[in-house]
Amino acid sequence: MIWRFGLFDSTFEPLVTTHWALVIALCLPLILGLLAALLPPKKAWPVALAGVPVLASGVVLLVAVAQVQLLQWQWEILGVSIALRLNALSVLLLLMTQWIGFAAALYTPGQLRLTATGPLGRWLWPLMGVLISALSLIWLATDLLTLYIALELMGLAAVGMLLLSGKAAALLAGTRYLLLALVGSLAYLLGVALILGHWGRLDLQGLAEVVELGPVAWIAAALIGAGLALKAALFPLHGWLSPVHGNAWTPVSALHAALVIKASLFMLLQLWSILLPDTFYAPRLIAWLGMLAIVWGGLLAWRTDSLKTLVASSTVAQLGYLMVVFPLLLGPDIELLARSLAWEGFWLQLMGHAFAKAAMFMAAGNLILATGESTLKGLAGSSRRLPLSLLVFGIASITLMGLPPSAGFTAKWLLLQAMVMSQQWWAVAALLIGTLLSAAYIFRVFRYSFDETAPRHHYQPLAPGMDLIALTLALIALVLGLLAHFPLELMHGGGV
Amino acid sequence: MNAAWLPLTALATSLLVTVVIFALPEEARKARTIINLLAAVAKIVLVILMVRRVAAGHEDVFSFQVVGGIDFVLRADALGVMFAGLSSLLWLCTTIYAIGYLEGSANRKRFFGFFSLCVASTLGIALSDNLFTFLIFYEMLTLSTYPLVVHSGTDKALNAGRVYLRYTLTAGVVLLLGTVLLYSLTGEHSFSSEEGLGDYLNDHRGLLTLIFALLVGGLAVKAAMVPLHGWLPRAMVAPAPVSALLHAVAVVKAGAFGILRVIYDLYGIELSVELGVTTVLAVAASITIIYGSLRAIAQTELKPRLAFSTISQVSYVILGVSLFGPFGTIGALAHLLHQGLMKVTLFFCAGNYAEELGIHRIDEMDGAGKRMPLTSIAFTVGALGMIGLPPVAGFITKWYLGIGAIQAEMYWVVVVLVASSTLNAMYFLPILHRLWFRLGPAHGKGQWPKEQRLGRLETHGWLLWPMVFTALASLGAGLLAGMPFSPLDWATRVAIGEYLP
Repeated sequence: MIWRFGLFDSTFEPLVTTHWALVIALCLPLILGLLAALLPPKKAWPVALAGVPVLASGVVLLVAVAQVQLLQWQWEILGVSIALRLNALSVLLLLMTQWIGFAAALYTPGQLRLTATGPLGRWLWPLMGVLISALSLIWLATDLLTLYIALELMGLAAVGMLLLSGKAAALLAGTRYLLLALVGSLAYLLGVALILGHWGRLDLQGLAEVVELGPVAWIAAALIGAGLALKAALFPLHGWLSPVHGNAWTPVSALHAALVIKASLFMLLQLWSILLPDTFYAPRLIAWLGMLAIVWGGLLAWRTDSLKTLVASSTVAQLGYLMVVFPLLLGPDIELLARSLAWEGFWLQLMGHAFAKAAMFMAAGNLILATGESTLKGLAGSSRRLPLSLLVFGIASITLMGLPPSAGFTAKWLLLQAMVMSQQWWAVAALLIGTLLSAAYIFRVFRYSFDETAPRHHYQPLAPGMDLIALTLALIALVLGLLAHFPLELMHGGGV
Repeated sequence: MNAAWLPLTALATSLLVTVVIFALPEEARKARTIINLLAAVAKIVLVILMVRRVAAGHEDVFSFQVVGGIDFVLRADALGVMFAGLSSLLWLCTTIYAIGYLEGSANRKRFFGFFSLCVASTLGIALSDNLFTFLIFYEMLTLSTYPLVVHSGTDKALNAGRVYLRYTLTAGVVLLLGTVLLYSLTGEHSFSSEEGLGDYLNDHRGLLTLIFALLVGGLAVKAAMVPLHGWLPRAMVAPAPVSALLHAVAVVKAGAFGILRVIYDLYGIELSVELGVTTVLAVAASITIIYGSLRAIAQTELKPRLAFSTISQVSYVILGVSLFGPFGTIGALAHLLHQGLMKVTLFFCAGNYAEELGIHRIDEMDGAGKRMPLTSIAFTVGALGMIGLPPVAGFITKWYLGIGAIQAEMYWVVVVLVASSTLNAMYFLPILHRLWFRLGPAHGKGQWPKEQRLGRLETHGWLLWPMVFTALASLGAGLLAGMPFSPLDWATRVAIGEYLP
């Protein structure tokens, strides 16, 4: 299982160009963010220009990984050795981060111009930079300490971004989020301390060799798991999610739902596959919670009147799909083919959801911005006036419902195959019920928007490109389903 | 020589039109019309090319890998191009009709965009070469028809849309489960492969039957088989061209076509008979035929009567499939086309009566034959075809189904056919009587509900000519059934392919 995360020794020395690409990928978002705080860009084109080197660094790394499968870097700084690695999975996640981050950054000037954000608006840029750098570091890190630092940076940046909108409700939700995030970090840190005290090392690869199942591993895994589950908003620890999104700016919501919670989930899976590679019960507990998450998240989204709550609750349900897969990834006696299918399905679902959810938050943000209403009823008649925003919402929701040809569908197909193969009928049922529930809440939105009898009210025109950015993200999620072969093939090369 | 571009381009024409229409502004009426019609004509040309290729013995394949062991495959085979031909021909007719019908109404961009997407899905369904590809287009069809059903945006339309989704999305989930189970059992199975699933019979009889039930159960919802038909009469709130498209070619036919594929190309007819599922299907189809006709008699409005008639008529296809033997197959396949032509004619007529005279109820139709002679003649042709009178196309189908039933020694099917024809006559002949023999507003007795003078002729030309064309085609398909490339001829070719490999 560990090799799937690229935690083994590489046979190739990374090229010099990849060093530079790595530095750019990790540091440039941060620097650009600080720069933008000093000189806030008013238009999208300077942002687009600045983003090009970051995207280029991602492509360089992708090409390098496609050639040698695994890149490892190591430095000695002040007597501490720091190692980073990049395998197919982490490069895909890195690319996902860069593209969604780029899209969110492009979207931001329009958002800041159209909503009177005041002087606080410019601080969104450095926080966004920190967030993207920290996320990139999480995909690359190979020891518990670096992971902790990156996680903490990411969490604080996320909280800061949420607080920026300055409304009282946002402050309340943001403060609560901050408290919970700190509790999560604390639990994680306790787990790390336990590991350090018992085994005396923090690097993941070395840890995987020495860890043996026992009370220490159990308690550490439980602490780390609880902390990360809280940060990833896994059911039943998702209560903070909707209020946070309800008041956040659109690009912040998009980044948060698409990337931030995914990072915690990635860490959770990675650390558990080191600490609890062969346990029976822990992944099953997650899976049972996942089933509840699918149903509960779906019901929440179905019953709500607020568009943003709907989108946020759907995240809870979608994370449920990922949780249900846990018993196929961790644990003893899993058929090799089933595990491999589940592994592919898991990441495809995660990536598809990231793009689709970012697109959906942007589409929802556009609808809310244009109509001035944040409720579903306020959308009445919008299919005539805001067809493009609604179309984006629709394309994104195809992925969320898991209907073909989207990434959600291909992922669901892979997961269903794996579940049928290993006879997990409950999980099959959960996935299928999830499809119907998500269709139920998605089509409520359309039901309101197709209403032609609604009175006409004034619509605020959107900045050019705001819809197109969201459309691009939604289309990526859609097309990823048919082109899934390429990323999955890349991940296949990772080993035996 | 494999012309992979051919199926791909045929699919791409409608898909591209969708994109272009969405990109054009709402006001660009002329550009939209021109592009739509050009694409429809181009697609007919492409399908004719495909038909010629298939007739010459080539099957063009386009494929790429989606994930390991699963491919996206389009293949132009005889059965596929048959459905593709129907879909592309009726796309042109319904598009012309829809342009006239929606003149001056709102949201036309959305309408035509999803209309093209809907047609693209049917073409994809026709050319899919495995269940995975089929499923992609089948679900795409569900999604693209929803905006058409709720087009008017009234409460009634929105509720109909909700019911439609409840039925079809649930069916899609059932179909997905069946498909995944089948893939887990057998791996990818091309529709074109000669061997059915007979190898698995000994070890997995129960599972095969279960998968069959899931697949056909999921498909039967779109084919509107009783008791899964509830969405169809409600979907009548959609504009007339949509009803015409849904009933004649897109949704119900997609379901029926899917069942054809499952029985002939996936399981193989011998295995289906061996499993005993065809008998069950024949009984279900018979029940649907009789039930649909009975409900049709009870309707007082024109469109719901036609809707229940569709429920009944589509199950002829299923009935023909479940009769073991070439004649049943020929009847079923020919009916797929014949019913499409006749039903689209009837819906065009219903739309014309509603647009020109405001007629929705059957008792308002008295004497309409004098006011709208061409429409009424077309309606008469369609109705007589539905009853199964020669020389209209419907006769051919019933004749072949009857022979098929006798050859398969299922005599009760003949009884069903006779009973259903009688019932068809009972609900269509009174309408014809009203049209031609009763005195109405055209004879100075009373008034039409809402008369508009839409054109120099009896109604708007865009509404009139597609209807005349499809009526002539229904007549021609019956009269010229013996000619090469007639629906019957092509159906025979497909059937021979199925029974004599």
